[in-house]
Amino acid sequence: MTSTDLRILPRRAGATPAWPLVERNVVVYRRDWVIFVTGFLEPLLYLLSIGVGIEQLVGEFVLPDGRAVSYTEFVAPAMLAASAMNGALFDTTFGVFFKLRYQKVYDGVLATPLRPRDVAMGELAFALMRASLYAVAFVVVMAALGLVSSWWALLAAPAAVLIGFAFGGAGMALTTWMRSWQDFDFITLAILPMFLFSATFFPLERYPGAMQWVVQATPLYQGVVLCRGLSTGALGWDMCVAVAYLLALGSLGLVVASRRFGQLLLR
Amino acid sequence: MAGDVTSRTTKRSPGRRPGGRQGRPPGPLLRQVDHWAVRWRRTWRGSAITNFALPVLYLLAMGVGLGSYVDDGGASRALGGVAYLDFLAPGLLATTVFQNAVGASTWPVMGAIKWDKTYHAMLATPLRVRDILLGTLAYIAARLALTAAVFLMVLVAFGVAASAWSVLALPAAVLVGMAHSTPIVAYAAWLDRETGFMLLYRLGVVPMFLFSGAFFPVAQLPDPLQWLAQLMPLYHGVELVRGLVLGAPEAWPDLVHVAYLVVWLIVGGWFADRLLARRLGGR
Amino acid sequence: MAPTATDRHGPPAAGRWRPLAGETLTPSGVPSATVAAVSGLTAATAGPEEPLVLARGLVKRFGDFEAVRGIDVEVRRGEAFGFLGPNGAGKTSTMRMIAAVSTVTGGTLRVLGMDPATDGPAIRGRLGVCPQDDTLDSELTVRENLLVYGRFFGLSRAECARRADELLGFVQLTDKVNARVEELSGGLKRRLTIARSLVNEPELLMLDEPTTGLDPQARHLVWDRLFRLKQRGTTLLLTTHYMDEAEQLCDRLVVIDDGVIVAEGSPATLIREHSTREVCELRFEVDDHEQVAAKVSDLAERVEVLPDRVLLYADNGEAVAQAVHERGLSPRGTLVRRSSLEDVFLRLTGRSLVE
Repeated sequence: MTSTDLRILPRRAGATPAWPLVERNVVVYRRDWVIFVTGFLEPLLYLLSIGVGIEQLVGEFVLPDGRAVSYTEFVAPAMLAASAMNGALFDTTFGVFFKLRYQKVYDGVLATPLRPRDVAMGELAFALMRASLYAVAFVVVMAALGLVSSWWALLAAPAAVLIGFAFGGAGMALTTWMRSWQDFDFITLAILPMFLFSATFFPLERYPGAMQWVVQATPLYQGVVLCRGLSTGALGWDMCVAVAYLLALGSLGLVVASRRFGQLLLR
Repeated sequence: MAGDVTSRTTKRSPGRRPGGRQGRPPGPLLRQVDHWAVRWRRTWRGSAITNFALPVLYLLAMGVGLGSYVDDGGASRALGGVAYLDFLAPGLLATTVFQNAVGASTWPVMGAIKWDKTYHAMLATPLRVRDILLGTLAYIAARLALTAAVFLMVLVAFGVAASAWSVLALPAAVLVGMAHSTPIVAYAAWLDRETGFMLLYRLGVVPMFLFSGAFFPVAQLPDPLQWLAQLMPLYHGVELVRGLVLGAPEAWPDLVHVAYLVVWLIVGGWFADRLLARRLGGR
Repeated sequence: MAPTATDRHGPPAAGRWRPLAGETLTPSGVPSATVAAVSGLTAATAGPEEPLVLARGLVKRFGDFEAVRGIDVEVRRGEAFGFLGPNGAGKTSTMRMIAAVSTVTGGTLRVLGMDPATDGPAIRGRLGVCPQDDTLDSELTVRENLLVYGRFFGLSRAECARRADELLGFVQLTDKVNARVEELSGGLKRRLTIARSLVNEPELLMLDEPTTGLDPQARHLVWDRLFRLKQRGTTLLLTTHYMDEAEQLCDRLVVIDDGVIVAEGSPATLIREHSTREVCELRFEVDDHEQVAAKVSDLAERVEVLPDRVLLYADNGEAVAQAVHERGLSPRGTLVRRSSLEDVFLRLTGRSLVE
């Protein structure tokens, strides 16, 4: 395969104006395939360390429907949700910031018929394509390790992509306000508490009353609810709320990011 | 502008040094103080917040939140007779300093070589490659010391660091960080493209962070993995810092941990010196 | 704040004024400006007689700052049109509005017969843009830059590949196809940017300072390529602050200063109208050339005093130089040369183009 062969992608030039931007990212990533492949590894390592390490220390957990599951079974869907969040954010925050401020990729792109919203959609679409591959792989590993207890788990992969959409859209919108790499500390400061406190490592019931409301308001908690419900088969109406919440957040982010790209690049 | 500078230089009498002060010139490390201080001033605010927030959040979630389940499960024997918060906290101190050391030894070093070319600018002065390397390492060590000091104060607030010996965990943690910093600076000096850092994180930093005994005893790992974990300098760092925070220093095994970390520091430093000199094309 | 003859020439910092002699080099082997059969392309929206760019009273404001203050421009099919002016004159702002990547604050603008405010994508699809700070994609190779960029215009992959190979040949980058962009020198990057701006076979090629920052050899190569494009009938719209570039490339140009157009015409007309045929440059071993100027001002039609020399404008420069020496003055250096656009600009604005 030559370095310029793009045939692994569908022939769809013109169908969506944003599509060529996805192709551009594929060309770049194909050279860094090692990065792409090792991206599967990180969430798996987390899962492994919890299975080998923490599970032996903690023992069993009781789900809302009364069933007892192993600690790893409890944490695995949360890891899926968190890694979907992290993966999408990496592409749409650092990646977009670099191309926006340093590499000036979008200045070149907007000199063509593409519009700011095509840039936003292309970047998000690429992030989600990557996220879906990782999500499918993660769900397969969960099933192989016996960490799922329902056929609903098949839907956990698209649920993870939805989480990626929500965080990717929101992250990209916020990135348009970033002035320097230092400002990304604020993103870290928002992500870390979410990662630690969104019922990822222990259930919502463990928090004092008012804190439960705060936790429930975070998007990652909604994502965890969704993934955990699907992987354990303990479905509930709160999962519909989660889907609506994540869809709304991602769409809002996309709209804001499109407008901001226009303001920044078409001055 | 350029003309001004040249004329001033030529007018200067040959014996006078820049700055015109009499007496011995400051050593090569002291001459870099202003450079690194400016860098520090530009970034300390953000890192101070992260330095403080990170340990507090981790200790609350993992130590207190998850810890209550661990302690209820009766795992304290596996942890050497301490509560999970006490087990975890010193380990987190070591891994946090380790992660900060990696962060400071990767992109910033490559940036100074490749993007900002700060090192090239410094080499155009009387400074040598070795001076620049030592300046870089001293700057990293100073930042790690700040991180460790804030973390230790948080440990005191959580009631984890009770004994006075805990103070020794500060230099120990800096040693842990620097034992990783020198080989990674060497790697950064050798590396052509920054994608290598992603691999370092995914294949090195993340597995070390998870399996070096900070979150659970490495004894729980199956045999070959356990040996592998014990070869990692971070395992020795975690053990060393945990020993100092939870009790008094002991010659055995603390001296072994220190010796092992010092070996990494020196070997890494030797490579960093060679590779940085090769990369910058000078001495 | 009434400017005197000297302080209009800008800050009297020594050494900031470049010698004119070095800048009036003519690119060797470049054919003279013969232009240019109307190309076979006929736009759907702009008829053959209709100008490709038509601006009337065009204004661009950034907050309180007015970068472009009501300019009229008309670019016709097949010509090479230039904006000549110093940095900050409003050239880039104008170019960005024409390229439909910057909103118009006031006045009217039609590009290819369309309104940039509503038909941005359609306009951009038929323009080629070569920005001053090559916005090449540093994560891609030379060839990939063309392939990916062509896709942004909706071209098929096969077509992108065909055009990429052809264009890389045109800008003489065939031996660099797989090089990474960051390995390229400034001149090679500029050539790649020009190739990239041609990938959609544009009706109008816009170049913002196409040779700024390039060494002389690289400049000549870029000029040579632009000449060939001109001969093929491509309409060129370029900005420059180099008068030699404007003289070599432009059929018609406007001199722009501080957001307004101060003169318009062909390079030869502008020189004829706003300057004398020749210039005699005198350099003396004095701190202030103003004192010397007083002694020779009657020898020329017009005198300009610069921090490091005196310019005497006359139709016969040699005669002026002779007269100066006969007065017993002995300048350190004497140079007699033809008038250039630099002199036009100096005359019109009282300031130098290149600072």
